[in-house]
Amino acid sequence: MTCEEAEVLIHALIDGELDAGHAREVEAHIEGCAHCAALMKEYQEIRQAIAESDLRYKAPLELRRKIEKALPQPQAAPSRRSVLRGFAMGSAVSAMAATGLVAIVLRNDDEQRIENEVVSAHLRSLQAGHLIDVVSTDQHTVKPWFNGKLDVSPPVIDLTAQGFTLIGGRLDYVNAREIGAVVYKRRQHVINLFVAQTANTERKTAKVSTLQGFNIRRWSDRGLNYWAVSDLGADELSEFGDKFESAMRANKEG
Amino acid sequence: MVVNASQDDPEKARRFREAALPYLDDAYTLARYLLRDAADAEDAVQECYLRAYKHFDSYRGPAMKPWLFAILRNVCRAEYARRKTAPTAVEELPEGGEQTPMWNEAPETPEKQMLRRFDGDTVRKLVAALAEPFRETFVLREIQNLSYREIADVAAVPVGTVMSRLARARAMLRSAWLAEQERAK
Ligand SMILES: [Zn+2]
Repeated sequence: MTCEEAEVLIHALIDGELDAGHAREVEAHIEGCAHCAALMKEYQEIRQAIAESDLRYKAPLELRRKIEKALPQPQAAPSRRSVLRGFAMGSAVSAMAATGLVAIVLRNDDEQRIENEVVSAHLRSLQAGHLIDVVSTDQHTVKPWFNGKLDVSPPVIDLTAQGFTLIGGRLDYVNAREIGAVVYKRRQHVINLFVAQTANTERKTAKVSTLQGFNIRRWSDRGLNYWAVSDLGADELSEFGDKFESAMRANKEG
Repeated sequence: MVVNASQDDPEKARRFREAALPYLDDAYTLARYLLRDAADAEDAVQECYLRAYKHFDSYRGPAMKPWLFAILRNVCRAEYARRKTAPTAVEELPEGGEQTPMWNEAPETPEKQMLRRFDGDTVRKLVAALAEPFRETFVLREIQNLSYREIADVAAVPVGTVMSRLARARAMLRSAWLAEQERAK
C-alpha cells in the first residue's frame, strides 16, 4: 500500500468503517511508516478535540414555536369525537355516566401525551449545552430571570440543604407552549422540574410513573402542575418531590 | 405558512412531532454550518420541517435523522443558488472568520509536539471555514455522527466520494488547525 492510499484509508480506519481485510492492510502500512503513523495520531487527536468541544447549536425557541404553529395542533379532539360517537350509539349508557367516562378517558390520554413530551424535553436538555439558560445556584437569581418570560414564573426553591442542588433554570416547550424548567442535581443526576399553569386549582397528590427509563413524579398544587423528571430512582425522586412540597408549604406559612 | 386542509390530520401531526421534533437541534446545527448564517438557518429548518411533514406519509425509513437531513440539504442548496444570483450575498466567511488560506497543504512532517486545544468558538470557526462540500461531509460525520452510508444517502454521492471528501476535509482542518496554532504562538 502506498502512502497516498493510506492517507485516505486511515480516516475510514479511525471511523471504524473499514472491513477487516483492509483494516489489516492499513495497520500493516502504519507499522512500517512513521509518516503515516504520526499523521494518524494527529488526526485522532483532532478528532478527540472535536468530540470534546461543543460544536452544536441549539435551535432558538422561536423556531420551535413557528414550526409547532404551522403543524395541526395536537388536540384530544379526534379521540373525544370518536369516544362520543361510541357513546351516542350505545344508548344504554346514561348521559351522566358517559360524561364522567369521557373526562377520564381524555385526561388519561392527555396526561400520557404530556408525560411523553416532558420526557422528550428532559432528553433534549441533557444534550451538551442545552441544560440551562440561566446558571445559578441562587434562587434569588433564577426566580427573577423567569419574570416576564412566562405568564407565571415557577417557584424556585433552594434545596441544597436537603441534598438537591439548584443549578439553574431554562425555558422549554411542552404541550405546544412555553414552560419553565427549574434544574436540580443530585450527585451526577439531573432533575428537571417542569412547572405549568393550570386552570384547575385542586390539589392533586403525587403520582410516580416510569417512561422510557425515566421516572416522573407529577403533582398539582395551587394552580400549578409539576413534573419532576430524572434518571434518579423512584425513591430518591419521591424524596425530592416531598422536600420540595414541604418547603413550599413552609414558605406559604412562614 | 400554514399547511393546507387535507394535511390537517392531528394524528399524523402527533406522529410527526414525536418522530421529527427531537432532531430540531440537530437540523438547526447542520443548517448553521451549511449556511453560516443564523437567520438563514432558521428559515431553512422551518422550510425543511414543513416539507418533511408534507411528505411524512411516504416516509418509510430508514432513520429519521438522515431523512430530515436530506430534505434540509436540498433546502440549503436552493439557498446557495439564490445567493449566487443575489447581487451581494456570496459565500462569505463568518464574522471575524479566519482569513488563513485553507488550501495551503499540510506540512509534510506531522508535528512532534501535542496539538494545541482550542476553545469551542475557535474550533467552530475552523470548521465553518472549510470549503463546501468538505464542510458538509465533515459536519455530518463528526458532529452528527452519521455513518459513511448515511452520509452518502444524504449527500446523494457514492460512499467512496464520502471517504475521499472526509480525508480532504480532515487534511484541510489539520492545516488550518496548525496554522491557528502557529498564529496563536
Ligand atoms: Zn505511509
